[in-house]
Amino acid sequence: MLSPMATKARSAPSEGEALGGVTLVLGPEDLLVDRAVAAAVASVRASDPDADLTELEAASLAPGALAELTSPSLFASARAVVVRGLDTLPAEAADAVLSYAKDPQPDVALVLTHRGGQKGRGLLDKLRKARVRVVACEALKSYELPTFVIREARGAGGRISEEAAQLLIESVGSDLRALAGAASQLISDAGGVITEEAIRAYFAGRAEVTSFAVADAAVTGRTAHALEQLRWALRSGVAPVLVTSALASGLRGLAKLAGAPRGLRDGDLAREIGVPPWKVKTLRGQLRGWSQEGLATAIQAVARADADVKGGADDADYALERAVLAVSRARSEG
Amino acid sequence: MSEVSGVWADLVGQEPTVAVLRTAARAAAARLAAEAAKSAGEGAAPSQPAGRSGMTHAWLITGPPGSGRSNTARAFAAALQCERQGCGECTACRTSLAGTNPDVTLVRTEQLSLRVDEIRELVRKSAMSPVGRRWQVLVVEDADRLTEQAADALLKSLEEPADRTVWVLCAPTVEDAVPTIRSRCRLLVLRTPPTTAVAQVLQRRYAVSPDLAVFAARASQGHIGRARALATQEEVRARREQVLSVPSKLRDLAGCLTAAASLVELAAEEARAATAELDATEKAELERALGVTGSGGRGPRPRQLQAAQKELEDQQKVRAKRLQRDALDRALLDLVAFYRDVLVVALGASAELVNEELRDDIERRAHANRPELILRQIDAILACRDAIAANVAPLLAVESMTIALLEPTRR
Ligand SMILES: [Zn+2]
Repeated sequence: MLSPMATKARSAPSEGEALGGVTLVLGPEDLLVDRAVAAAVASVRASDPDADLTELEAASLAPGALAELTSPSLFASARAVVVRGLDTLPAEAADAVLSYAKDPQPDVALVLTHRGGQKGRGLLDKLRKARVRVVACEALKSYELPTFVIREARGAGGRISEEAAQLLIESVGSDLRALAGAASQLISDAGGVITEEAIRAYFAGRAEVTSFAVADAAVTGRTAHALEQLRWALRSGVAPVLVTSALASGLRGLAKLAGAPRGLRDGDLAREIGVPPWKVKTLRGQLRGWSQEGLATAIQAVARADADVKGGADDADYALERAVLAVSRARSEG
Repeated sequence: MSEVSGVWADLVGQEPTVAVLRTAARAAAARLAAEAAKSAGEGAAPSQPAGRSGMTHAWLITGPPGSGRSNTARAFAAALQCERQGCGECTACRTSLAGTNPDVTLVRTEQLSLRVDEIRELVRKSAMSPVGRRWQVLVVEDADRLTEQAADALLKSLEEPADRTVWVLCAPTVEDAVPTIRSRCRLLVLRTPPTTAVAQVLQRRYAVSPDLAVFAARASQGHIGRARALATQEEVRARREQVLSVPSKLRDLAGCLTAAASLVELAAEEARAATAELDATEKAELERALGVTGSGGRGPRPRQLQAAQKELEDQQKVRAKRLQRDALDRALLDLVAFYRDVLVVALGASAELVNEELRDDIERRAHANRPELILRQIDAILACRDAIAANVAPLLAVESMTIALLEPTRR
């Protein structure tokens, strides 16, 4: 099996590596799937620039259609046939796919995508037995995201530290396409090295950064600073729901750390909580002063604030201030 | 029990409503016959419709989710189109039930509201004569999702309907329908069907074992679609079991958060299972409609196709979101039923438990906790439903709930 990370599927295709065979792109991560498909098509084009490309949904594949698309052609140009969504292939077309996989045409690259999961599992197993080439595109876990960003940066000819990668994730979110886009943009802007300063400058006033600043201040009991950050965030147009969401996610991390089994090493702990390893240290610092009861109270206060904000409370700003105060108080009382 | 057959056979436990609708269908048929006789005989237009009693042109069918509102509406539509008032076998019956009869229009929405332009289109149709010789039936399955504006558009047609037009609106409760609409319809209230009736239907139609049928009927609390899914799909039973394992996982704060995350993920999984196939079929249909066939789709995709695909994907996302919300709500209702069972036992009432198979755990909780606490737990789940309906982030709302469910002795 090939690497799940983008770099492999992205790296320059060796000439015609998909030609004459079947490539199974397996997994739910759209960006990686698209890249794997593009790489396979590119490898066909590399050996024959005039190659034909056909793309279709598996759900619309009639039993005879595959034979027609892959039958030897008089004009002997290479062909790439991309069939997306094998999990929705009509049952009666499965045999045609399988028998083609066992005896593929030399001038055709058949690329199949499947989101993973139970549907069409039987066909997948048989395809594997038929020795098709498998490209895994698993969804990335949150602790794998920094590695992804680092490789993206490297792929775009630059560098980024793990801390900066994490900041980028907090600023952009976990969508791979958005992350890849931001990484390559920053590389071309900053000329090689993406620093935390560059990210902050790039996303200045961006919602996620400032709402996380509010949350960081609130969970560490710096009440006045938290309120200051909150006012600033709201003035610069941050949507109130992003503040409740940042508060919730901050408290969630602390509660998970508080409840994690004792004696775990940081790496295992990070996996258990679902954060990158370096973040464990930050969380441990923030957890000082918190009790489980206090965290429970704080989470409920944030849930109420989210309801206030979304239920169109007359004064969403006030609902948020109250939530920030409730979080600070829950820390000192618990 | 009176014999119930034809299109009415599967309206489980709704005998009073079925009786009303059968009378109406007979009256409607009598009116058609009288009109035919008059126009053949004297040639004078009928001044007063014969067989007026029992039949009316606007109906509002209400009932709790799963009680079979839309099935009832379809059965009635079939009975109006059928020469034998709902034999269940003729073409008119079958096409009406399947939604392919040209004189039966079924309107439902996967969106959160019915748009005014959809209703205007429907009203335009309602003014026309039926294609066939009987009635034009317009069924609005989600009348609770009519916007004010859409309801206004509908009003005039309800007040002065075309001669052969029948409206059938459906909503969960009468309060869900806009008042002006409500007052212009004849109201029919479906009840929650009794467990035994649901179990019988499950056994008869899906040939499941009596034990499984009774379990599914009980666990679904009268929701027929849910009962069918529980009786026939292993993975639906497995998901329900996981939902009901939540109370036993609430031992500390971290347990509450983990349980909350798993509830939200279970709902997402259910929505995915329900939509994956449908999404792909719709996508394929769209491609076919726009001329991308198996062998003709070479080269880059045309812009028009991409725009249409984008629109379809947006609609599918909205639907997935709604299904996920519905699934989460169902899970919360399963939890409400669990804590209600605890309350029933705690109060010493000897009622049938919804979760009979969890009796040991339920009795242990009933003895360990005071009724006031159990009531607070039920309130916490209901509050979570409200919060999610009010758009609170689902995970956060459910976390807040599981924390509230934590029992003090364990905290
Ligand atoms: Zn019939």
